[in-house]
Amino acid sequence: MTAVLVDELRVIRGKRVVLPELSCEVAAGRVTGLLGPSGSGKSTLIRSIVGVQRVAGGRVTVLGAPAGSKELRSRVGYMTQAPSVYRDLTVRENLRFFARVLDAPRGAAERAIEVVSLADHADAIVGRLSGGQLSRASLAVALLGGPDMLVLDEPTVGLDPVLRRDLWQLFHELAETGKTLLVSSHVMDEADRCDSLLLLREGRILAAATPAELKAQTGAEGLDDAFLRLIDEAGT
Amino acid sequence: MRRGATLAVAIRVLSQLRRDPRTIALIIGVPWLLETLLEQLFAGRSEVFQHVGAPLLGTFPLVTMFLVTSITMLRERLSGTLERLMTLPLGKLDLLAGYGIAFALLAALQIAVVSAVTFGLLGLHTAGPQWLVAALAVANAVLGCALGLFVSAFAQTEFQAVQFMPAFVLPQILLCGLFVARDSMATWLRWISDALPLTYAYEALARAAADTLDGRFAADVGVVSGCVLLSLALGAATLRRRTP
Repeated sequence: MTAVLVDELRVIRGKRVVLPELSCEVAAGRVTGLLGPSGSGKSTLIRSIVGVQRVAGGRVTVLGAPAGSKELRSRVGYMTQAPSVYRDLTVRENLRFFARVLDAPRGAAERAIEVVSLADHADAIVGRLSGGQLSRASLAVALLGGPDMLVLDEPTVGLDPVLRRDLWQLFHELAETGKTLLVSSHVMDEADRCDSLLLLREGRILAAATPAELKAQTGAEGLDDAFLRLIDEAGT
Repeated sequence: MRRGATLAVAIRVLSQLRRDPRTIALIIGVPWLLETLLEQLFAGRSEVFQHVGAPLLGTFPLVTMFLVTSITMLRERLSGTLERLMTLPLGKLDLLAGYGIAFALLAALQIAVVSAVTFGLLGLHTAGPQWLVAALAVANAVLGCALGLFVSAFAQTEFQAVQFMPAFVLPQILLCGLFVARDSMATWLRWISDALPLTYAYEALARAAADTLDGRFAADVGVVSGCVLLSLALGAATLRRRTP
């Protein structure tokens, strides 16, 4: 089952061609990692999938509907790269606001706060939280209302190893309940935690495979190494 | 439109304001302090205060709400929260109406306080009904919101947004007829004045204060309402689900 189908997507920002002609798929019910160095077009691809990026060509289909269409607005949870929560409100006020907008059931806000382990900071002003807590507050908003698909732009940046492990565990638990997750990262050591990978470089898909396939294919031991070998191959 | 979503936005904006008591104190406190200053300044010539007191009362909310709205919307655009809202089941009208309700409440509070001081303590006398002056002031607040929303699309930083106030609002105050009667302006200035919404807001206020509630008054109110709708429509057009 395919959750996202990107077909010859072309995105131009300013005068720069960010995605020349990108095609890829995201499988349903799995954790797909979107990996690549910063500036490779990860956020642009993610923004196209959630339907906020102006595109110059191609098609993006999400859960059977064109990206950004009305019916998807309560089915896709999106976490932007910069923590998009209101800094002058508390964690709870933020979650309650977005829960109301989503028409989520009562208690959804509290559950989301629990899930990202922010219960102790629920009444703290978001602007006074640490960077990691801030991005978890932003993640909690994406979880609200139990969307069928989660699109998370670098959700684990700046988190300590324990929290990162916990979050990846959460992602897999969500995938086991049938949800689709697309998680971007520029840290290659997170690639091992994904069910499948999309490696992006300079607006092109370098590889789309599982971590094991990728290692077997390149003969590399680590994924960092595999990535380098793929770049070398593409260059020659 | 969804009432729940509109209400959610209004509650959120009011909670944000509540976190910033200093801003609220300035919004509520500055207008009546300025009216008091004006009254004291022309203590020997009370006709000046009687002449400009009411129009000024109606202009404060426009300036305040212009600034508050343009900065808040700019923050919403810069912080990514607008992008997130645009992926959620929230209509642009829900968002605008939510902001409108929150800021209209704030403006109503501001106007209630400045009216109480100006009409009560300072003894400003109007031939027309005072509630009408206050009501027009609320309409001006909404006009300020709508203009602020629109210009926020053209600012990249908060500095720029603040500078839009003197650029966008001060010329309107100078040319609306408050300082120099429009009849005695150079023709080209009067033409510009004809094209500015505050001119009609000022005239409506002056007519309400003088109790000349004639056809011209109705026309002025009509123009102001039209400007509110037009700038709201333009502002809504700047809220895009897809951005470059």
